[in-house]
Amino acid sequence: MDSVSDLKSKEIKRATLNELVEYVSTNRGVIVESAYSDIVKMISANIFRTLPPSDNPDFDPEEDEPTLEASWPHIQLVYEFFLRFLESPDFQPSIAKRYIDQKFVQQLLELFDSEDPRERDFLKTVLHRIYGKFLGLRAFIRKQINNIFLRFIYETEHFNGVAELLEILGSIINGFALPLKAEHKQFLMKVLIPMHTAKGLALFHAQLAYCVVQFLEKDTTLTEPVIRGLLKFWPKTCSQKEVMFLGEIEEILDVIEPTQFKKIEEPLFKQISKCVSSSHFQVAERALYFWNNEYILSLIEENIDKILPIMFASLYKISKEHWNPTIVTLVYNVLKTLMEMNGKLFEDLTSSYKAERQREKKKELEREELWKKLEELKLKKALENQNSAFNMHSILSNTSAE
Amino acid sequence: MAGAAAPGTGLGAAGGDGDDSLYPIAVLIDELRNEDVQLRLNSIKKLSTIALALGVERTRTELLPFLTDTIYDEDEVLLALAEQLGNFTGLVGGPDFAHCLLPPLESLATVEETVVRDRAVESLRQISQEHTPVALEVHFVPLVKRLASGDWFTSRTSACGLFSVCYPRASNAVKEEIRQHFRSLCSDDTPMVRRAAASKLGEFAKVLELDSVKSEIVPLFTNLASDEQDSVRLLAVEACVSIAQLLSQDDLEALVMPTLRQAAEDKSWRVRYMVADKFSELQKAVGPKITLNDLIPAFQNLLKDCEAEVRAAAAHKVKELCENLPIEGRETIIMNQILPYIKELVSDMNQHVKSALASVIMGLSTILGKENTIEHLLPLFLAQLKDECPEVRLNIISNLDCVNEVIGIRQLSQSLLPAIVELAKDAKWRVRLAIIEYMPLLAGQLGVEFFDEKLNSLCMAWLVDHVYAIREAATNNLMKLVQKFGTEWAQNTIVPKVLVMADDPNYLHRMTTLFCINALSEACGQEITTKQMLPIVLKMAGDQVANVRFNVAKSLQKIGPILDTNALQGEVRPVLQKLGQDEDMDVKYFAQEAISVMAQRLRKLDLPVKDSEELSAPRADKNHFLSPTVPGDNTRKAQRDRAAQVASEEAAERARVGVECSEGQPAQGPSNCSLAPMPSNDTVLPLKRVACEKVTWSMDCL
Repeated sequence: MDSVSDLKSKEIKRATLNELVEYVSTNRGVIVESAYSDIVKMISANIFRTLPPSDNPDFDPEEDEPTLEASWPHIQLVYEFFLRFLESPDFQPSIAKRYIDQKFVQQLLELFDSEDPRERDFLKTVLHRIYGKFLGLRAFIRKQINNIFLRFIYETEHFNGVAELLEILGSIINGFALPLKAEHKQFLMKVLIPMHTAKGLALFHAQLAYCVVQFLEKDTTLTEPVIRGLLKFWPKTCSQKEVMFLGEIEEILDVIEPTQFKKIEEPLFKQISKCVSSSHFQVAERALYFWNNEYILSLIEENIDKILPIMFASLYKISKEHWNPTIVTLVYNVLKTLMEMNGKLFEDLTSSYKAERQREKKKELEREELWKKLEELKLKKALENQNSAFNMHSILSNTSAE
Repeated sequence: MAGAAAPGTGLGAAGGDGDDSLYPIAVLIDELRNEDVQLRLNSIKKLSTIALALGVERTRTELLPFLTDTIYDEDEVLLALAEQLGNFTGLVGGPDFAHCLLPPLESLATVEETVVRDRAVESLRQISQEHTPVALEVHFVPLVKRLASGDWFTSRTSACGLFSVCYPRASNAVKEEIRQHFRSLCSDDTPMVRRAAASKLGEFAKVLELDSVKSEIVPLFTNLASDEQDSVRLLAVEACVSIAQLLSQDDLEALVMPTLRQAAEDKSWRVRYMVADKFSELQKAVGPKITLNDLIPAFQNLLKDCEAEVRAAAAHKVKELCENLPIEGRETIIMNQILPYIKELVSDMNQHVKSALASVIMGLSTILGKENTIEHLLPLFLAQLKDECPEVRLNIISNLDCVNEVIGIRQLSQSLLPAIVELAKDAKWRVRLAIIEYMPLLAGQLGVEFFDEKLNSLCMAWLVDHVYAIREAATNNLMKLVQKFGTEWAQNTIVPKVLVMADDPNYLHRMTTLFCINALSEACGQEITTKQMLPIVLKMAGDQVANVRFNVAKSLQKIGPILDTNALQGEVRPVLQKLGQDEDMDVKYFAQEAISVMAQRLRKLDLPVKDSEELSAPRADKNHFLSPTVPGDNTRKAQRDRAAQVASEEAAERARVGVECSEGQPAQGPSNCSLAPMPSNDTVLPLKRVACEKVTWSMDCL
């Protein structure tokens, strides 16, 4: 886009658009039936376009400044007008639906990939209004968002408007009727949970976690699959993401029902026990902060017989070994809390700690032994095979001859 | 069937005697179910071992069902599993039982993660070949159909990759069904599936009967090429290449070209980009006639597209397009229909476009011949050589050889020189590095006089660049120049300048002298090395900076093979022995290493080894000197490797270095060290480590 040519015409266009915005927002009864077609045509002509390639091919949304839309001076006014149009008390969805149809929405959704945050912000409000006013388009919009997300997760790993779309979804999920439809549950498990694997999670994690928690508040039976899903995609190398996951787990635990907690406590605390002994102090710290949460603490206390044996070994170990003094202090406090919850069990674990380590080592040796034997067996068989290869060969060629 | 069962039971019996009871499946499955992902992964990766232990029968009846049932795991484990199963046919009893592998692979082909799914499809494709035609229809085709009509998009996506492998061997009735399924996937509701189908369309077309291609594939192609999503449309362009190869010219014109023309003018730049990117393939697929009528005009449009991405992709294809034109009339077409557009691109606003053009434009000179090159292309080359963007200039310079063949590089030298000089001083070291790498080529083409006059000073200036990589490249550059211009030239122009740097106050520059000597000694030969270089190296053994001293030791080791034994015995050895007693650990280490390598050489030369007495004097060195290999207790493993490497080089070296004796040079005392201010201890230490690593690395490269 060339921002310096035809300045005069551009000024005229701006002035006209300004006038239009002014006109629809200050007058009543001006949105007449015959105008709908032209209005939607004008909007489509201005905002629908193939988004240009990014100036920066390695654009990193977390690091780089976005390229701003060159035609923003007038596109902004078009969006502004569109919004006033949708929000006008005179606006009638029953007439508009003839023009604002699936194809229109489809094109609108593609614009969410715009690099310009100002444009995405307008789009977010616009789509939200459309979702609210056009009941017939709702399922379609959800499905298309679904497709955008799947493409983002499994194909391109790149879409600028993920956070905005999730924000809209957050408010949509809030309004889902109970019991949840299978379609919605599938969206949670097959789209939102895998979305946690995305490279740029930091850009939309807050919105994503909000959506997940919204689902769990609607239907608590989803807790177990959700937590198992998060555990499956738990980050292995990215500490920054691990901290985000821990934050999300805490949000979930804040709303968890005790019966649901029992179902997932074992795998969950195995992971937490790995986190507290992370050598990255932010990860360890974030996990240890769980013990500052009153509700979580009460859940742990209720299930101390299960949780303490899982947590004990790593806490005990890092209380002696962690390089970071803050972590050591935190661990010390956590151990104290746990000891107060069940002193007897704590003592038992302390005294059996060494034996336990030795048993683990022994098991390790046994495993090595097993594999060694298997390898030997493999070699032996390979030899036998070689010897019988000639036989095999002749038999096979016989079969194929038949 | 009976035939294959025999080896099956045979294998089972062979392994089954005592082993099966030793390894009950439970133990193995425990390994596969271990809590630790890493251990699970390890077990899966050795799945073939487990299968061998179980024998074919139990693998089929126990292991595979278990695997099929427990496909909920980390994707990493699933990926390994998918990979393993592709090579499992032998382990389940051969081709007759290959279908046993289908259930677990079918589940894997439906998981979310793309890499797992793709791998499962890959394995399924592999196994499909091992099926008998009957098994294919009874087991494999139903699987494809199930996947193709799966609920979730993942299974349908996977199905797309399986049609082409089972189609050729299926019966006609089944073929009809397969085509039917493929058709429905091409118009699937989800764009993911349509994309998968579009990307396999070409592959599928190739295995179809020509009639079906015309009646079925072409309509599918047309539909996909006008899909509402540009991500689908652009994949149709790829399919176009395969489909075009299958059709006659008339069919092509009627059935495919309208769609292709439309794609070249698509409203989405991504689709146009794809057309530009696949241009050479398209050109070959449609043949010369359609190229002239349709593709050339389309190409012109792409060259002046409004998106720089598209222009750059098209610019990249300029040379290939011209090359592939029919020779008859080629020149006229290029001159009239392509060149005018290229001229525009030379002054494009976007540097990527110019740079893409610069990377291929020189190739046109061979196609257009001498006269046209001088008249039409030369002005373009010159303009690009003066371009503000260094990458453009660099791309021109790096392709000079193309033009040299046609008109000789001297035509360009007037403009070449300023461009080179500027690039040589570019603020980005990578640009400097790139230009250094073209120096030997330029030198060869410009000739020694021109070089001495204009470029020599640049080459010397790089030796004292503040970036190590540049100094290193400059060193290598000198070596290549000497190989080109000969030793006499080296002796007169290069060597004196290099040796002067040995007295530089900056220790990094002094080290550069050593690196240059390492690089140049071989090319310069024994005479120059012994008479001019060696004394300087020996003198530097008294340097104040430890880094310089241990590099002296390394240099002596490096140039040792070039020196004659007199020099080695008389001059090198005393200095190395002195360095072997150095107070610095690293100096000592490298000196001792050099000594031991040298001792080996002397031994190999079959000289009377009374060395042992003579050399046993310094106690510390005794071991190193006597044992041909490095002492076993030495913890520096690197040393062992390096010694081994050097030893193997020795053999080759020995052939070249005659056993001759010449008068030794008068030894120069290592006492006169420069009075340069020595870096404080704090800075020396870290620097030394860095230098140490760097140098080892560069030596290995040499």
